[in-house]
Amino acid sequence: MSELVELFARFAGQLWTGTVLTVQITAVGLLLGFLIGLPTALIRVYGGPWVRWIAVLYTELFRGTPVLVQLFIVYFGLPDLGITLSRLAAAYIAMGLNSGAYQAEYFRGAIQSIGSGQMRAARAIGMSRLKAIRYIILPQALRLVIPAWSNEPVALMKTSAVAFLIAVPDLMGQGKIIAARTYDPITSYLAVAIIYIALVALLMLGLQWLEQRLRIPGTEVEVQRV
Amino acid sequence: MLNTFLYVAQGLLVALEVIAIALPLGFVLGVLLAILRVYGGRFIAPLVGIYSAVLRGVPPVVLLFILYFVVAGAVNLSPLWAGALSLGIISSAYQLEIFRGAFGSVSSGQMTAARAIGMNRSKAIRYIILPQALRLAIPPWSNEAATVIKDSSLVYALGVPEILRRAQFVSANTREPFIAFGAAALLYFAMTFVAGRLLDFVENKTAIPGEVGG
Amino acid sequence: MAETLIRVQNLRKIYGDKTVLKDISLDILEGDTVVLIGPSGTGKSTLLRCMNLLTKPDGGSIWFDGEEITAPGVNEDRVRTHIGMVFQDFLLFNHLSALDNVAIGLTKVLGMDKEAATEKALRELDYVGLEEHADKYPGQLSGGQKQRVAIARALAMDPRVMLFDEPTSALDPELIGEVLATMERLSNEGMTMVCVTHEMGFAREVADKIVFMEGGVVVEEGPPQQMFTAAQIPRTREFLGKITELYGDHE
Repeated sequence: MSELVELFARFAGQLWTGTVLTVQITAVGLLLGFLIGLPTALIRVYGGPWVRWIAVLYTELFRGTPVLVQLFIVYFGLPDLGITLSRLAAAYIAMGLNSGAYQAEYFRGAIQSIGSGQMRAARAIGMSRLKAIRYIILPQALRLVIPAWSNEPVALMKTSAVAFLIAVPDLMGQGKIIAARTYDPITSYLAVAIIYIALVALLMLGLQWLEQRLRIPGTEVEVQRV
Repeated sequence: MLNTFLYVAQGLLVALEVIAIALPLGFVLGVLLAILRVYGGRFIAPLVGIYSAVLRGVPPVVLLFILYFVVAGAVNLSPLWAGALSLGIISSAYQLEIFRGAFGSVSSGQMTAARAIGMNRSKAIRYIILPQALRLAIPPWSNEAATVIKDSSLVYALGVPEILRRAQFVSANTREPFIAFGAAALLYFAMTFVAGRLLDFVENKTAIPGEVGG
Repeated sequence: MAETLIRVQNLRKIYGDKTVLKDISLDILEGDTVVLIGPSGTGKSTLLRCMNLLTKPDGGSIWFDGEEITAPGVNEDRVRTHIGMVFQDFLLFNHLSALDNVAIGLTKVLGMDKEAATEKALRELDYVGLEEHADKYPGQLSGGQKQRVAIARALAMDPRVMLFDEPTSALDPELIGEVLATMERLSNEGMTMVCVTHEMGFAREVADKIVFMEGGVVVEEGPPQQMFTAAQIPRTREFLGKITELYGDHE
């Protein structure tokens, strides 16, 4: 117990920088995932057969394979094609692609549960498909998706920990360094675990608060947790 | 190219071994803990709640390392077993939440009716609640099974010679990372795909006639 | 002569700050069919659930067949094997066929072997007229059929008394008749029954005693003849008058 406190005190700086990097990777991954996932969902619901097929391939592949494999392909594989990335960049991209696939499923569920009636009504007053999606479907879908979507930030934060395996000095990465320095892996990783629990708890509180602020009463639908 | 693939594919057996240990362990523990969580009473239920919150609030790879060192310190286990057992324990927390949700979905009237014909609590849970809850749990459990299959790749970090580690090795040697890791991805995808179809089959086979989607 | 099978003495039950049962005292004689009536929310269902200990009273006592079942240390599960209950929402076991619904109490509670249990279960299903539906699942049965299976399930345990908690309230009007017919048959064959129901026709024709409850107490009780035509307490007359108007005479 006392070793734990000692460790926290001694390595506070490193743990802090690791935490910051973890939060960074999560945030960037989440944003990238949003920018990839939302269009993917739209393509899957409204796209023509060819594009839709690509969207399905993407979501199935990235949800059906381990994120660690995805990370390795991005970091070790892309240089093959001439794209060399820094470790951090590789982490950002891998997390973004991974999160995008899961987010796409959340958005798809929300869009589909809105029902074709809304689209019909929008077209009936002369809106183009694009306009209907932008002004009628999306605003509803984005609110509907919130309860299910709020699983994703927490999941992504936990997923991001694998980045340390390509030597990214995130929270877990720092844990490994500290473990090597103290020869006490259990206490070191325990410290890391405790910080993760705190981060997750904070994140969940924040999401709950957000959920309360953004919900429209009476429009909640149970979206399948993917 | 084929050699690379075959080399990586040999890790499949190891991966399956890890999964075959972790998933059933998570299942048995998960069901038991879910019963304790729902029916355990004032002292036990919150304790299980803490177990669940802690194990689900930490990245699996972090827990893997902690449990591995704890277990390796106490018992002489191979990295494969230590890793697989750890994954099983981690999965039990997620599975317990799945089964807990499933118990909740079985209407409370079922317990009432069971008590009314003289069943005690444990008989009611065993013959009336559990059969219904397990069926309801199949879809979310199918997700968890896929997760365990994918998380088995994490034992890479413990040096276990499964799919990913072999891919890493052959990639470094042959300078064919795309093929090596692509092969790895394909193998994992195949596993999750087959598992998904298997569970769909189980769901159909155990469906209750007359029930519309459960 | 007719023994008192169930004796309720000064029963009290409180939910939060609401006293649902204030002071109930009631005797159920063996072989009698007793119907409990009264406005909604006056604790009729609660009283029924206290009788088979599904709900624990906060005061008073209940005696079943000479034994105080509200005393500490009583094996409730054993008591419930002698008291059958039929619920408003049927509560059939969804994952079991009609036959298995009826048989499961026999095999898992009474320890009967499978063949004997199946035989008995089929007999009970035949009694309620559903033998040919034995292999159907609850999802494949109509409301009236479900309720009759529920009755068979309760009867299979060979109870001394059957408790019916608004057995027809959740049924479409045209399905009520089949359930009431089964209940009437049971009553005529001498089963001790306590029923909470709004079916006034049933109460008038089949009951041996009608108990009017309101405000957590028994307001008045008596044979149907007396209660419907010459009730002593004005409130009883008022309620019965309104109810008969509303629900009419079901056959």
